[in-house]
Amino acid sequence: MSGNVTAAVVAEQNLSNAVSSERGLLRFITAGSVDDGKSTLIGRLLFDSKGIFADQLDAISRARHKRTVGDTIDLSLLTDGLEAEREQGITIDVAYRYFATPKRKFIIADTPGHEQYTRNMVTGASTADAVIILIDVSKVKLNDDGSVELLTQTKRHSTIAHLLRIEHVIVAVNKMDLVNYDQVVYDRIVNAYQQFAQQLGLTDIRPIPLSALAGDNVVERGDKMPWYSGPTLIELLESLSVYDESHDEPFRFPVQLVARHNGHEANDFRGYMGRVEAGKVSKGDKLVVQPGGQSATVKDILTLDGSLDSAVVGQSVTVLLDEYVDISRGDMLAAADRPATLLKTVDAEICWLSEEPLDMRRKYWLKHTTKQVAARVTKIDTLLDINTQERRAADALKLNDIATVSINVQQALAADAYDASRSTGAFILIDEVTHQTVAAGMIRID
Amino acid sequence: MNTAVENPFLNTAKGSVNERHLDWLESEAIHIMREVAAECTNPALLFSGGKDSIVLLRIAEKAFRPGKFPFPLVHIDTGHNFPEVIAFRDKRVAELGEKLIVGSVEDSIKRGTVRLRNPQTDSRNAAQAVTLLETIAEYKFDACIGGARRDEEKARAKERIFSFRDEFGQWNPKAQRPELWDLYNTRVHPGENMRVFPISNWTELDVWQYIAREKLTLPQIYFAHERQVIPRNGLLVPLTDLTPPKEGETVETRVVRFRTVGDISCTCPVASDAADVDAIIAETAVTQITERGATRMDDQTSEASMEKRKKEGYF
Repeated sequence: MSGNVTAAVVAEQNLSNAVSSERGLLRFITAGSVDDGKSTLIGRLLFDSKGIFADQLDAISRARHKRTVGDTIDLSLLTDGLEAEREQGITIDVAYRYFATPKRKFIIADTPGHEQYTRNMVTGASTADAVIILIDVSKVKLNDDGSVELLTQTKRHSTIAHLLRIEHVIVAVNKMDLVNYDQVVYDRIVNAYQQFAQQLGLTDIRPIPLSALAGDNVVERGDKMPWYSGPTLIELLESLSVYDESHDEPFRFPVQLVARHNGHEANDFRGYMGRVEAGKVSKGDKLVVQPGGQSATVKDILTLDGSLDSAVVGQSVTVLLDEYVDISRGDMLAAADRPATLLKTVDAEICWLSEEPLDMRRKYWLKHTTKQVAARVTKIDTLLDINTQERRAADALKLNDIATVSINVQQALAADAYDASRSTGAFILIDEVTHQTVAAGMIRID
Repeated sequence: MNTAVENPFLNTAKGSVNERHLDWLESEAIHIMREVAAECTNPALLFSGGKDSIVLLRIAEKAFRPGKFPFPLVHIDTGHNFPEVIAFRDKRVAELGEKLIVGSVEDSIKRGTVRLRNPQTDSRNAAQAVTLLETIAEYKFDACIGGARRDEEKARAKERIFSFRDEFGQWNPKAQRPELWDLYNTRVHPGENMRVFPISNWTELDVWQYIAREKLTLPQIYFAHERQVIPRNGLLVPLTDLTPPKEGETVETRVVRFRTVGDISCTCPVASDAADVDAIIAETAVTQITERGATRMDDQTSEASMEKRKKEGYF
């Protein structure tokens, strides 16, 4: 690596390029097995976009637990920030990294590859718009009969990406330098992946051949793969669309807090604080308060910077209604003509995250939007086998299991299917004794 | 340096990538602060007078005005402060009309709960953790909102937004609660607490862009000024009563600014002639050195010094 000179040049380019076709923030995760080049890829992305600083490079070249030989910099030490990770040479928990190009800002969640830390991958995946699934060409088995055997971890990570409805899947076929940049090898792996993805139900697959180590097709195109005409990884990341770009979903506003001032006066101020989780709201809109069912009209939308005519998904605001309605934290303000579904029994896919198995006799806390209710899992419908994608009957759930279940809740939830809205379709289960977060849930509405 | 018009990092006009990003960061931070207010019984906001906590105060105004803040402000005072920062702290608290609680390392030393080899000159930065835990226990806080950012340091890059601390105030990086979507699990038992970081996803550049956009005022030591410093191990150690020159070292007058403001005994300025916020943004956009790498003596003592301090209760 040519060191700081490259980084400085890129920084200057960033400054001189005009900011065009801005696309806002993209959050993505990297997934793949141990040693398939995840850290090197992140290192390359950060380095070539000035996300690494000279003193960080200096610190990792002095580091005690370096895994590379001689003077080579071990880029994985940039993201493996915990002492235990450096000692063991593995990633245990998610690290978040930040970088920017003139077109877009990025947050990378660098998630662990080891199976035992799957729950931390789920943590990173839950907020991601895109996933980079790394496939190490040298580890995939290409059989003489034409079949290709993908690694279990590739399947596991793809399954989680699908389960959490990550919109875009980038399949980075890495270490192309080890197979002489052979297009035939690449095509066979991509075909095998696409077959598996189809089985899963993944739709947006973007395959790309690259060498993170040599830098081919990461930020620079290089001249080793003239047969590939698609975008480089950074171009791809800059161009992907994200959820919040359209506002045509129905309005959803879980109430976080009720603000009251001058409560002793007759015309007291009463505002409902929260964040628009889907759609758009304007002054004069008719809303329904869920689960109660009362209706109301928006009188004003307030922020510290003044009153707004309308607010869109992602904005934290205070909503004022034109008349008094009984509303508390946990209630949902929704578009009157397209309200959320009220559920007393929740059908969901869950990922069990705790070492302590699910106990169907016990009560858990279920947190959905701003609401927490008592809940009990009443039935395990099917358990998913990640290798075969088959679903079978089960009567217990242990760490990292993925299953469809039915849950009874003490009060009705105003919810949407997770497919339609991440914010109003997701929940967590909390153990009422240990207070641990034990499951991630995604609501299904048939 | 490029002029303001040519520098894309200075472009915070409507619809620009920076403006949209700042809107997103701000909205997320408001959402987090309101979750703390709604779910925690007795929260506090840590305010040191530094730039990150000044941003937190702005976020709190955005989240709760025209009401009062639903928490007091808390400063853990090491006793080794830059005087203009303390003056700024008191002025800002008075302007906001909010309550400030000061926990003092000096008091912990008197109580005997903090022991230093040399109480006059030793860094009190690490000792802050003891005083913080004592203050948390005294006021029974179950959540402390802090201005830490994940881009600051490798151990912080690993931290959740709602970061659980056990009854000894300790962080266990191997057993963090999974944090899914933005459904934060805020449950604690008596004696346990949460550290909550609403600006986890901000970078140093984002903070300066936000300061510019919101026209926030800062203590003057953040801007370029002449100061007597001692060049030492690649850092510019400020000349103070607590940090005198060692034998053979020379004192120089240099134009400097502080990128981070902490305990005098461990915070260094950087050489810079950036005298206003726009100049600082331009400099931050191209700097080759991280905020902590450039300025903190205490982070350089070992590879895991921040991680160790956090395990002991540091915020």
